[in-house]
Amino acid sequence: MSYHINHLKELESESIFILREVAAKFENPVLMFSGGKDSILMVHLAYKAFFPAKIPFQLLHVDTGHNFPETIQYRDEMVKKLGLKLIVGSVENALKSGLVTEEKGFNASRNGLQTAVLLDELEKGKFDAALGGARRDEEKARAKERFFSHRDEFGQWDPKNQRPELWNLFNNKYNIGEHFRVFPISNWTELDVWQYLSIEKVDLPSLYFSHTREVFFRDGVLLADCEYINKRPEEKVFKEIIRCRTIGDMTCTGVWKSNANTVEEIIEEISTTRLTERGGRTDDKRSETSMEDRKKHGYF
Amino acid sequence: METNTYKNTELLRFTTAGSVDDGKSTLIGRLLYDSKSIFQDQYDAIKIASEKRGEENVNLALLTDGLKSEREQGITIDVAYRYFSTPKRKFIIADTPGHIQYTRNMVTGASTANVALVIVDARTGVVEQTKRHAIIASLLQIPHLVVCINKMDLVDYSQEVYDKVHDEFEDFASKLDINDITFIPISALLGDNIVNRSSNMDWYEGSTLIYYLENVHISSDHNFIDVRYPVQTVIRPYNDDFHDYRGYAGRVAGGILKKGDEVMLLPSGFTSKISKIQGPDGELTEAFPPQSVTILIEDDIDISRGDMIVRPNNSPTVTQDIELMICWFSSDKELRERGKYTILHTSQEVRCIVKEIRYKLDINTLHRDLESKEIKMNDIARISIRTTKALFIDPYRKNRITGSVIIIDEATNNTVAAGMII
Repeated sequence: MSYHINHLKELESESIFILREVAAKFENPVLMFSGGKDSILMVHLAYKAFFPAKIPFQLLHVDTGHNFPETIQYRDEMVKKLGLKLIVGSVENALKSGLVTEEKGFNASRNGLQTAVLLDELEKGKFDAALGGARRDEEKARAKERFFSHRDEFGQWDPKNQRPELWNLFNNKYNIGEHFRVFPISNWTELDVWQYLSIEKVDLPSLYFSHTREVFFRDGVLLADCEYINKRPEEKVFKEIIRCRTIGDMTCTGVWKSNANTVEEIIEEISTTRLTERGGRTDDKRSETSMEDRKKHGYF
Repeated sequence: METNTYKNTELLRFTTAGSVDDGKSTLIGRLLYDSKSIFQDQYDAIKIASEKRGEENVNLALLTDGLKSEREQGITIDVAYRYFSTPKRKFIIADTPGHIQYTRNMVTGASTANVALVIVDARTGVVEQTKRHAIIASLLQIPHLVVCINKMDLVDYSQEVYDKVHDEFEDFASKLDINDITFIPISALLGDNIVNRSSNMDWYEGSTLIYYLENVHISSDHNFIDVRYPVQTVIRPYNDDFHDYRGYAGRVAGGILKKGDEVMLLPSGFTSKISKIQGPDGELTEAFPPQSVTILIEDDIDISRGDMIVRPNNSPTVTQDIELMICWFSSDKELRERGKYTILHTSQEVRCIVKEIRYKLDINTLHRDLESKEIKMNDIARISIRTTKALFIDPYRKNRITGSVIIIDEATNNTVAAGMII
């Protein structure tokens, strides 16, 4: 009997199932879009899940004001092409209104400030489910995450008290003011994502491919030079051929020496690498449990 | 690796269970390490963490303990999912803690697994926890079970010891409902029979663990006979190009659906024909588990979430009275006879009342306790319920998707039990 599908089709099928569950079971779901490959994959899967109808979710982007310009350009083009509605939660505005305060010092980043803005937007939009492109292979706290992850009225995650998740039955019950984070691509690995994007021929932001950029070293990580980072005097800027392996804020996204120009070359590169994807994320390096700590407070 | 071999890679989900010191974490560490799935920075991080804890060797168990409290207590509390792959298959490990108080996590990990690895220390043989793991594998109908008899290096790679543990386990398992059991003598610490064949056990003629995991036949783990298609949601584009389009989105739970097939719709009982099957990449001529598709039918019949598409001569049982084996999850509330709960089954959500607690199963001896009505966390019990609306059910043995439910406490919204339909 030849009735079987390969691992990527099985992951695709699982994710489409989850996306449809969210559309059917929640009143007002939203899809968190960062401009990175995982959220691009999410949009692609959502498109397939509801074809020929339109994607039934609005997109929410928390913009720190420190994004790579390429990210914003890609986002706006995609939203236009698919006819979606985009909500932008602005950290810049939150700083002005006093909702959050800027970090100071050499490693200052707006990464942590995103949480307050995200929770604020979810509250304002009365969203009861926020879809995210987090994966369990990314980080050890995320390895314990559920597909349907409950958040209390403060947006907090309680990792020790999670609801058991069995078969394909997802409990989405919540009280007023609470919400869910839903992670349809939980079971995908970095390699799965690239392999799938390659087969599907999905357009990606130019940042993922090799290009020349002004960079400098900090704590062993290569960062793109930009006006948002305070450099120490000894941090010398030089030109390098690089690409991004993950895309976050310019202040905390390490770039990666690479000549990979196509998705196939990227697949080749990451199947032989000895470093994890988030190895270049300085936001994860603040302590051994920095992801868990941030997630507990409502980070995604 | 050829860049496009991944197009033929299959997905296999397995669960690991073992008692505290039987080397489960070492085994997982070994699988990840030997398949080159541990990255340098991950390894460096656990090396630093091991040193901080004053441990001599790099503690591979720290790879699977993600939460702060787990690291502090040195135990795994929650299910952790791990990923690795070989050119042939991609693997998802549901790594579950073995201690009795975490039975619920074992059940969770087991619910989606194709294979269960039960790890036994060769020196101690079959202990209470081993039996509990085997019972859970049997209850949750994991199609394949592998007994890894570990620490063979500590018993001089003795065939006698292996045979003794083998017979002990087989003797116990004969009372259970497990079809496919494989025994492999291993040393997770030294790598015997994990990826490479052991030169220390010439008497063992079976395969290595990784060979087994790469080759075990899993394509018949789904039910391809009885068509079951729970409708998740209705796709209505409301635009000019697809004016009268009504597609029924769902994931095939059983059987093979073909374009042109006659189908029956539950609960209405109306029949019609499949006019189109829309897959993620375009139109399909047939759909089978576990594909997510959209089905269109010829006639204009009212269908919505919770309905099921089946074949006219092969219908599930349509009933409000259901017999269940349950595993109780809640730590703060016991199961209440005559209590009312919400239950989820396929795409249906209904309320139910617990009519009777029939017996509690002693998970170590398989003894049925007909007297005890106290069902607490981690207890396994047989109960009967009545639902507010008819469900379309199959025995769990026949179909893991149409045969399973979860029970939700209405006051706290917590998932308090998992149920397998008898």
